[in-house]
Amino acid sequence: MTAPLEVSGTATEAQPEAGLAGVESKAVEGRSLGQIAWLRLRRDKVALAGGAVVFLLVLVAVFAPLVVKLLGHPPNEFHQDLIDPSLQIPKGKYGGISKEFLFGLEPQNGRDIFSRVVYGARISLLVAFLATVVAMVIGTVSGVIAGFFGGWVDTLISRTMDVFLAFPLLLFTIAIAGVIPDSAFGLNGNSLRVATLVVIIGFFSWPYIGRIIRGQTLSLREREFVDAARSLGARNSYILFRELLPNLVAPILVYSTLLIPTNILFEAALSFLGVGVRPPTPSWGGMLSDAVQWYTIAPHFMIFPGLAIFVTVLAFNLFGDGLRDALDPRTR
Amino acid sequence: MTGVVALGASLALALAACGGSNTSGQSGSNGSSSPTYNAGVDKVFNPSSTKGGTLRMAHSGDWDSLDGADTYYGYSWDFFRLYGRTLTTFAPAPGESKLVPDLAESLGVPSDNSKTWTYKIRTGVKFEDGTPVTSKDVKYAVERTLDKDTFPNGPTYFNDFLDLQGYTSPYKDPTPDKLGLKAIETPDDQTIVFHLKQPYSGFDYLTQIPSTAPVPRAKDTGTKYKEHVVSTGPYKFESYQLGKKFVLVRNDQWDQATDPIRKPLPDRIEVSLNVNAEDIDNRLLAGDLDVAVEGTGVQPATQGRVLGDPNLKKNADSAETLRNWFTAINADVAPLNNVECRKAIEFGADHTGYQNAYGGPAGGDIATNLLPPLIPGAQKFDLYNMASKPTGDVDSAKKALQACGQPNGFSTNISYRAERPREKALAESLQQSLARIGIKLTLKPYPQGDYFKLYAGKPDFAKKNNLGIMVYGWAADWPDGYGFLAQITDSRAIHTAGNTNLGVKLPEVDKLLDQAVVETDTAKREAIWPQIDRKVMEAAYYLPGVWSKTLDYRPPTLTNVFVTNAYNMYDYIALGVKQ
Repeated sequence: MTAPLEVSGTATEAQPEAGLAGVESKAVEGRSLGQIAWLRLRRDKVALAGGAVVFLLVLVAVFAPLVVKLLGHPPNEFHQDLIDPSLQIPKGKYGGISKEFLFGLEPQNGRDIFSRVVYGARISLLVAFLATVVAMVIGTVSGVIAGFFGGWVDTLISRTMDVFLAFPLLLFTIAIAGVIPDSAFGLNGNSLRVATLVVIIGFFSWPYIGRIIRGQTLSLREREFVDAARSLGARNSYILFRELLPNLVAPILVYSTLLIPTNILFEAALSFLGVGVRPPTPSWGGMLSDAVQWYTIAPHFMIFPGLAIFVTVLAFNLFGDGLRDALDPRTR
Repeated sequence: MTGVVALGASLALALAACGGSNTSGQSGSNGSSSPTYNAGVDKVFNPSSTKGGTLRMAHSGDWDSLDGADTYYGYSWDFFRLYGRTLTTFAPAPGESKLVPDLAESLGVPSDNSKTWTYKIRTGVKFEDGTPVTSKDVKYAVERTLDKDTFPNGPTYFNDFLDLQGYTSPYKDPTPDKLGLKAIETPDDQTIVFHLKQPYSGFDYLTQIPSTAPVPRAKDTGTKYKEHVVSTGPYKFESYQLGKKFVLVRNDQWDQATDPIRKPLPDRIEVSLNVNAEDIDNRLLAGDLDVAVEGTGVQPATQGRVLGDPNLKKNADSAETLRNWFTAINADVAPLNNVECRKAIEFGADHTGYQNAYGGPAGGDIATNLLPPLIPGAQKFDLYNMASKPTGDVDSAKKALQACGQPNGFSTNISYRAERPREKALAESLQQSLARIGIKLTLKPYPQGDYFKLYAGKPDFAKKNNLGIMVYGWAADWPDGYGFLAQITDSRAIHTAGNTNLGVKLPEVDKLLDQAVVETDTAKREAIWPQIDRKVMEAAYYLPGVWSKTLDYRPPTLTNVFVTNAYNMYDYIALGVKQ
């Protein structure tokens, strides 16, 4: 693997200027791309903070049952004895926030908002990650092929990307979600709905990555190392997989990370409109949708899921930006 | 200098605002005009005879039908009297509901031991196009109502009571003027005579149903008639955008001299359809809307706001009703064909959770059986420990599941009306409470306008889609046991679609209903209702929820407001609006 930036790895002795005898010459180690990027990232405190939050969120989502067992109550359990029957809101102050209920209770049914936000993280992150993976795979493949081969292949793929970008995604998703049957492809219930969301969101966000990868490929294929490999007799597949793709890892990584928050917002919007997972499974968008009518007398119900979405999206954006700064020298 | 002037001006303004102005209306002898909680219950609030203005109403879903032959929601029957005149109707007055003659000159005259009923139609009543109304138009209207294939919604009273002799529908009628039904005679243009299969002293209750409003045969377009119903009332349709909005304006052919009941006040009535339920509440509170036409009260979130704020509470009315919000358990869907499985649901449901979904105690008391306590003759009884174990009797439920062969529970679907947040909350509550005994429910929302025609009320659909539990509710068609029980427990009322009896098939109940119809002694008749109630509860076809109270919000823009006990919501033909 060759990389344009790499300084060849063996230790090189820097010849001391004549006259500076006695000065020790230290071996200068070349640094790999990853090491350079990591050093730059380490210096960017904001990005690190974002990264830490992302890591924490992923942990919480993965270990949701444990977190909820330690810190909260089962997410679908009603606690109506703690709800004022005629006002329909939690009896305690600030929406019933207490040691038992860290974020308070939902009005009317008394469910633990903290547990529901934690479980909601699972849905949001799962859908967003998987959709991004789908987008990444399709986007990379199509972008590389379009950029490398050019000609009518490029035209075809680029126009397809334009069509997808122009598509009214929200309307399409609402329409599709209305007609999926209860079970298909061996899945049913909420797993089917999650799969549908992943496919639709992923399928419509791949052009975002596709266009960037295509641009990068176009510039890379004119580079000398590609000519060099070709003159050595390399076939197209070798150049694609062993020369170009490794150099594209950086942009793929960066723009995928930046695509995740967009997909989180998308999933939240779809849940808000009622086409996400079915009740009682919690999801951030769904909770916001229920919370709208209560905002005058129980604002905490809206604040916590809203904050969850905000913090998650912000963290991913900051981390993604930092990653881009670290990996792409041209933006500095 | 300018600063002092400004300060003085603002001080003056502030003082004027503090002084305040009371909402001044005309004070009537039996009504008040300063808002207080329940000012519209059993008395007229803000009585007025001032005409003018536009009454703005909104609906969270769609009407089932504006055609009198095909509608069965309480709000629709209340609203119908604005554009249709039936032979009799309930007088627009607070307090006990009274039947009065509307299109007819007087209440029905019985003969032949109450098997024959004669009405004389008022002279001078015209359709909106000027054509005079005759008894033949009333006969044609009732004939239409018999056709349950064309008009699936609506009660089957006329099918059950009239001596049909095989008549099915005016659309299959071989006679040239389509008036072939022998059970109704029209000896002259002003007289109409009904011949019943058996005596029934309460026939005037049947003639207040919208189906007796006259329909001009020349303008009858069958299922499309609802798109422009020809009016005989004080208002006629100006426009109707299906699914979005319709507008009523004054009917110039309506003659006040022929109508002692109505004093129509607004000039124009606008009804918006498919408006989000919580949005309706917000607009009522903001003054952008005058009436939430469904009359089922404010949503739970708004209830909290209204009851918690004295300034809002004084504009609220809490009405006792003849309604039970209950849930149907579908014996067509396995394993609920086994009565023990149905009993498991009766035992296992969380009844306080049910009550909370409808607004807690403000939404009504927990119902232990079907008949609302206000129905004369109703008796309370509790077969499933609902009063003693309001959060559910899990042990008995589990025993019942053992008895029906499903010790680990089973899965089924629960249907509810999508636009109604209370029904969604109830479905979630039942999902939770029944999960304790292993019954797994999947929520299935459907639009309320077609809930009975296409979904829960269509037995084939319900069975195919595994709708084991159907969220429901029922208010009496008129204030007696028959008006409550008949259309939800008589197995002979079940037809292919548009059902309101969601599965009760008990021959003993049918016999008891027939017995009650011919029973002339009031006390004996009233003793029959609790027997029917008990039999239905023993067979566990319905899970009772709450005997509902509705919390209605009365915006200060309304005049002449009161709750009518006939429909347990504001009386729409009396309402006026401030300009």
